[in-house]
Amino acid sequence: MHTLRTLLAAVLATTSLAALADTTLTVYTALEADQLKAYQQKFEQEYPDVKLRWVRDSTGIITAKLLAEKANPQADVVMGVAASSLLVLEKEGMLQPYAPKNLARLSKAYVDDSNPPAWVGMDVWGAAICFNTVEAAKQGLKKPESWKDLLKPEYKGKIVMPNPASSGTGYFDVTAWLTLFGEKEGWSYMDKLHQNMAQYTHSGSKPCKQAAAGEFPIGISFEYRAAKLKDGGAPIDLVFPKEGLGWDVEATAILKGTRNLAAARSLADWSASQSANELYEKNFAIVAMPGIAKANPHIPADYEKRLVKQDLRWSAANRDRILAEWTRRYDNKSEPK
Amino acid sequence: MTSLSTPRRLAASRDETQAGALLWLLLALLVVAVLLPLAAILGQAMLAGDGSFAGLAPLRDTLAQPGLARAAGGSLQVALATTALVLPLAYGYAAALTRVALPGRALFRLLALLPLLAPSLLPGISLVYLFGHQGLLKSWFADGSIYGFAGIVLGEAFYTFPHALMILLTALAVGDARLYEAARTLGAGPLRRFATITLPATRYGLVSAAMVVFTLVVTDFGVAKVIGGQYPVLAVEAYKQVIGQQNFPRGAVIGLLLLLPALLSFAVDRWLQRRQGTQVSARAQPLQPLRQPLVRLLALLYCSAVGGALLVLLGTAIAAAFIQQWPYQLSLTLQHFDFDLVDGGGWLAFANSLKLALYTALAGTVLVFLGAWGSSKLRTAGTAGQLLHALAMLPMAVPGLVLGLGYIFFFNHAANPLHGLYGTLAILVLCSVAHFYTTAHMTARTALAQLDGDFEPVAASLKVPLWRTLWRVTLPTCLPAVLDIARYFFVSAMTTVSAVIFLYTPDTVLAAVAVLNMDDAGDTAAAAAMATLIVASSGAACLLFALLSHCLLARSQRWRQPL
Repeated sequence: MHTLRTLLAAVLATTSLAALADTTLTVYTALEADQLKAYQQKFEQEYPDVKLRWVRDSTGIITAKLLAEKANPQADVVMGVAASSLLVLEKEGMLQPYAPKNLARLSKAYVDDSNPPAWVGMDVWGAAICFNTVEAAKQGLKKPESWKDLLKPEYKGKIVMPNPASSGTGYFDVTAWLTLFGEKEGWSYMDKLHQNMAQYTHSGSKPCKQAAAGEFPIGISFEYRAAKLKDGGAPIDLVFPKEGLGWDVEATAILKGTRNLAAARSLADWSASQSANELYEKNFAIVAMPGIAKANPHIPADYEKRLVKQDLRWSAANRDRILAEWTRRYDNKSEPK
Repeated sequence: MTSLSTPRRLAASRDETQAGALLWLLLALLVVAVLLPLAAILGQAMLAGDGSFAGLAPLRDTLAQPGLARAAGGSLQVALATTALVLPLAYGYAAALTRVALPGRALFRLLALLPLLAPSLLPGISLVYLFGHQGLLKSWFADGSIYGFAGIVLGEAFYTFPHALMILLTALAVGDARLYEAARTLGAGPLRRFATITLPATRYGLVSAAMVVFTLVVTDFGVAKVIGGQYPVLAVEAYKQVIGQQNFPRGAVIGLLLLLPALLSFAVDRWLQRRQGTQVSARAQPLQPLRQPLVRLLALLYCSAVGGALLVLLGTAIAAAFIQQWPYQLSLTLQHFDFDLVDGGGWLAFANSLKLALYTALAGTVLVFLGAWGSSKLRTAGTAGQLLHALAMLPMAVPGLVLGLGYIFFFNHAANPLHGLYGTLAILVLCSVAHFYTTAHMTARTALAQLDGDFEPVAASLKVPLWRTLWRVTLPTCLPAVLDIARYFFVSAMTTVSAVIFLYTPDTVLAAVAVLNMDDAGDTAAAAAMATLIVASSGAACLLFALLSHCLLARSQRWRQPL
């Protein structure tokens, strides 16, 4: 009897200790699968008592999932999700504002402007076109230099882009065109582009992967995936259309009502830390902490200047309307001929 | 005076009472696993976006969406085209296997069943490598026309072929040689004999096969997801509504639409079975397979072409898994099996799938066999037995996508005491057992029906406990069927995507789901690698079961051998 009681006490003690030692955070993310591991390793190394459990999907799906779970949130933290999506969640009152330790060292342009901020940026990702040079030579295609170039009849059936309803990359392409060309001209641009489009893909990196494999010679995607594939030996050129590039901020936020607030704050702190920014830097040309970014051979030095002047709040406020209009016009496109 | 031949109603013994209670328990389990989730989806289809009750308005709204009409039209077209393609192909193949002295018959039969080992996403992946812009045979489908209608139909043909074949094999296996003899004497040529004897005798099998193919195509979304391009179909639409937009009520409405063809096919099948009756009289002469060299040669060529096409579709994805970077670097590599840097959950997903398949095979076989035994052999089965049998037929009519949706609505409801199951591997096992229940149940019932109904009463009169009769007599004699059921559950759980796609979590990701997510992210080679792992493990499981049954049968089935 006595031994049993000791045993029970020991079991209780170890389990409660374990509970303290190992908080598992459920983190919703739209980060690329090949980025997650490095981030997780570094974080868990610096905060050994917090474990991360990722739920990964494309931006649109993660956003829809978070909104659907509003009454009973399953996530503790969102990390690496588009700021234009987080602004939607902020409007719904779903985010828990928090000023991470390192906030003062981050560029204000990439942090929510309320105080304390509802979300804190990590890096900027922006549009790039992957252009397969081998297939282009075979098919006699000229390299496009601008968004307008993509309307040329020679590219009919040669272009793929992400579906903006599921992909954050697809969404900032659409908002950038609406910003660059104006609402009316923007839609008429997309009407014409639609004529040349072979497919709309689920994820933002698939168009570039398809271009790299020569399946479709032109893929509208983003710079990280493009540079990564070119490094891997894919016969692609990166094109940064001259009218300007759509972009968004990958950001971190804490969900209101999380049962693991202390651990969630640790992740938010880490996400704004120098060591995290040094990891972002390996993937992106612009990171939230100034002075960290280094030059990438595949990305032009004036990359930041090429970004469209674009208001993320406008992108967030008009998200439903723009996606509904896009879906009405282009989704379920009949079979490509 | 009471007649001696009417059995006296004996009071149920204790073990019979136990067995009766067990039967009610199994019935309750089926109600929870099948009936309540279906009821939940019906309820959900009547909710507005904010969760308030809206009657038929969501149904009306969904039906009014222009996208939905297009998707319904698309589904109808691909399903009709696939049926029109698969039916004659499978009929010819089945005829060659059953009616011709075909060299290598067993091999050809095996070849045609190979698609069963693969998830429906695999043919889509293979078609990209064969007929895509960089495909080996890209000139066959110019300008990427494989993406869309053509691709879906070809992929679905691969996926549905073995299902149609199995039905047609049964239909063509029996026949009366006297009819053919008489026709020949009367001067009927081969065509006329076919049109007046073979075709009418197999018409039920044909209708049944057509319904099965049609339903499978309408409710499958794996093929269309990979190779469908922008071609709209209902199953993908339901997936997009639920996963992409988290619009559950609309997903539920589309789910109900998907239920229609399945229910129709189910009803037609029941009706046919009642009408079919006996076709072969007791005096029928067994058919002699055709032996003319020309017929044998033609059959051989035909089966080689069709079987070869299936093999090519299966083999392409497997080959693609080992190629560095198609089409630019053709060196061989194992790097696509390193899933760390791609979506889908990698080796964890594969391990989970193995676990799921194993648990589903174990739990499913035990539950199904006990249910089939109880409902058919138990004197005290009564209402519970009849209800169980009726409910066991239902999963056949419920597409996986619909069942999975029903599980979200039922188990993820905060008021459900079983809410804790949500997100676990256990719910995936439950869902898989329920999804594949009918076929397993029918297999078990058929095997049990072959046993004389007197075993139990005789054993009871000798005071042998019911359970010992089950363990020592019934189970060993039914062993081949039991192994078949376990294999069926294992392979189905390994390859299915449709029911589990809505139920997995990051900790319970599955291999077939990983294939889908990898392809979505553009990692086609990794998707091919994971699909290859699925095919390899379901194939290995089949071999293992074949070996097991061979060994066990040698011991327990000697009674089947003629003395």
